[in-house]
Amino acid sequence: MLTISGLGKHFGGLAVLEDVSFEVPAGGIFGLIGPNGAGKTTVFNLVTGLLKPTTGTVSFEGRSLAGLQPHQITRLGIARTFQNIRIFKEMTLLQNVMVGLHGALGYGPLALLLNQGSFRRAEAEARERALELLSWVKLQDRASMLADNLSYGDQRKLEFARALATGPRLLLLDEPVAGMNPAEKDALMEEIRNIAGRGFGVFLIEHDMRFVMGLCERIAVLNFGRVIAEGSPEEVRNDPGVIEAYLGREDGGAP
Amino acid sequence: MFTQQLLNALTLGSVYALFALGFTLVFGVLAVINLSHGAVFMVGSYAALTLVTRLHLPLGIALPAAMALSGCLGMAIDVLILKPLRARNAPHLIPMIATIGVAIMLSSAAQGIFGAEILRFPEGTIPAGEFTLGEVHVRALELSIVGISFGLMAVLFLAIRRTQLGRALRAIAESPRSASLLGINVEGLFHATSFVAAALGGVAGVLIGLNFNAITPLMGQPILHKGIAVIILGGMGDIRGALLAGLFLGFAEVMSKAYLSSQMGDAVAFGLLFLILLVRPSGLFGRVLERKA
Amino acid sequence: MEWLANFWATYSTLVYSVGVFALMALSIWLTLACGLLSLANAAFMCIGAYVSALLSLHAGWPFGATLAAAGAAPALVALVIGMPTLRLSGVYLAMATLAFGEVVRIVVLNLEVTGGPEGLNGIPQSTTGWHILAILAVVVYGLLRLQRSRVGRAFEAIREDEVAASLMGINVARHKLFAFVLGAVIAGLAGGLNAHYTFFISPREYGFENAVDILTMVVLGGIGGLAGPMLGAAIITLLPELLRSLHEFRGIVNGLILVLVVLFLPKGIWDPRRLRALFGLGPGRDPGC
Repeated sequence: MLTISGLGKHFGGLAVLEDVSFEVPAGGIFGLIGPNGAGKTTVFNLVTGLLKPTTGTVSFEGRSLAGLQPHQITRLGIARTFQNIRIFKEMTLLQNVMVGLHGALGYGPLALLLNQGSFRRAEAEARERALELLSWVKLQDRASMLADNLSYGDQRKLEFARALATGPRLLLLDEPVAGMNPAEKDALMEEIRNIAGRGFGVFLIEHDMRFVMGLCERIAVLNFGRVIAEGSPEEVRNDPGVIEAYLGREDGGAP
Repeated sequence: MFTQQLLNALTLGSVYALFALGFTLVFGVLAVINLSHGAVFMVGSYAALTLVTRLHLPLGIALPAAMALSGCLGMAIDVLILKPLRARNAPHLIPMIATIGVAIMLSSAAQGIFGAEILRFPEGTIPAGEFTLGEVHVRALELSIVGISFGLMAVLFLAIRRTQLGRALRAIAESPRSASLLGINVEGLFHATSFVAAALGGVAGVLIGLNFNAITPLMGQPILHKGIAVIILGGMGDIRGALLAGLFLGFAEVMSKAYLSSQMGDAVAFGLLFLILLVRPSGLFGRVLERKA
Repeated sequence: MEWLANFWATYSTLVYSVGVFALMALSIWLTLACGLLSLANAAFMCIGAYVSALLSLHAGWPFGATLAAAGAAPALVALVIGMPTLRLSGVYLAMATLAFGEVVRIVVLNLEVTGGPEGLNGIPQSTTGWHILAILAVVVYGLLRLQRSRVGRAFEAIREDEVAASLMGINVARHKLFAFVLGAVIAGLAGGLNAHYTFFISPREYGFENAVDILTMVVLGGIGGLAGPMLGAAIITLLPELLRSLHEFRGIVNGLILVLVVLFLPKGIWDPRRLRALFGLGPGRDPGC
């Protein structure tokens, strides 16, 4: 579904990523793991168009993403969340999700200005859809609340719903359980399984091993900007290179 | 003729540089475009004038006193207005808008107290000596202005390059948060920076007031615009760049006034400025100070 | 009714000014609504005023056509300078638009056709209160519709977090350009209306101070809705009249208001959420969705 080949990124003289290649298959949950600073988030930034790669290409469903703006990539069907949650805090939950439906609202300027039926219908449908997405993450009761007033875990869920609103076929999650307690983590893991179960492809970054092992069907391991292993959780867990580079370290499982 | 203009350009340019230095210092350290800097400049020259006319102090005392007074004003603005905004983590444009309010207050206060008319230093205050060097006519006043400007700038450069204080300031300019983690008293240095910047602005006001011997409540406005031009040309927050760009602007202004029409010179200057912002937002000489969170 | 006639004779200009500055405040509000601090709007007003006045004076165009030109000319300029300028962020954009404003002012000051520093005299006084009211009504209606659509939500999203907005599929650059150009149209219309009731225009009316005055109106009123900027425009326009007794010191009040509002009312006077809370109406339904 998502093919990354020979991807490299240099900042100044510093190589953050070097010759990274892997394939995220359609459907299911794919994990990219690695210690802090391995370059995981940079991969997401390159895929979503926030950064331009120094070398290599990313293609989605056979189409190259080179030269596309972030909003164009989103409209092709890739959505993402951020490690440090970036919801629109001064907007309500409903508005947050409706922003995600921006591309789906096709009314023209005249319909908008004259408040025509097509405008009203489209907005009403969008609102319905937004409420439905909020109900997927069990936030529909608080739709008219300001997003800033949500707890950390709920903000994370709102960010999921907002990302799903863009109509993605692949959802990128950047350390979705960062800063959460074990109970919250389990609840969120369930949420992610549900989302994958609805047919969305999920590609997540994580350094909490327990979480990834229990969730992902395939895993790639990044260390110092290079992929050092790829395979099923079982294969990755037993890979000597991974054990040395990552699992063996004291902070291997720390959140 | 040309050499004479060169001297005029050096005089004007050194004051522009002095003014812009304070402006850019505040931007570099506090990340605030302080639009009250022009008003502080104006207050400096009124302060010197008042000390000379009312208290009959010689200029040699009135100048440093006006400098200290302007510094205190700048520090007060920081403590009373910018500090609460920092504490609230207000978006960066908000402090800029607040300083516009301060500028309006100060210039209308000056207008209310001193009137709108042009005031001049009494005769005999300004050093009157002059001599001729080849074909160039040199006034003692111009020499003192250039001397004072460059002297102060040299002190500032040395302080920033060589002292512990300067290192702390550079750390803050890089990232206030990590600076405070290093045990640097960030708030205290913000106040100190505001003091120094405003003191430099105030001195620049006295010097310009002396050079043209004309003081008005609105004299801060055109120099503020020049200051903006200088710090954009020099790269925002870049001290060396402000010095070079200040001299350059003084040169460009004097030459365009001498050889072109005075007004079109300004249009060309601001047009260039606009273009520079589009092509090279980091300025001609500098680099953008990117602040890490 | 006689007092009304007297009142109108004395204060009609003032009432017109409130309307024109309400338009100006809305034009800056529009750019601020998507996170752009543009100080170019006074210059756009200047362009609108001069273009329409010149068309009236020299080409004999009818008032309606000159007004249309007053909106169109700054829009074109905004389109051309907007594309490169809007890449700049925050302070840099403010400085670039400020420099652009200076360029416009100085050019107008030096051109022969604009009358130089003396400005233009004898512009037909075609603007009536109805014209101002009608244009204000159309602008407010248009902006209200915009605010309640996907475009309004996109503006708000861009203001809060540009990166997140772009990842919602919003074309950030195009939305910013749209806000900038539409703001220029509104400012140009305000300029055209202004030129045709004051009889006389000069470059002094469109300098940095004016850009700041208009910004003050919006900061004072608040950017949470359309009512804020208009309220701010009314207050700032009427304040000098109310403070006449303070003579030269009234500027201090202006400045003080700006500082106090920034310090203590960060969302301005007209903040729907705070007002609702103040009157015990609870959070209420949000108007934007």
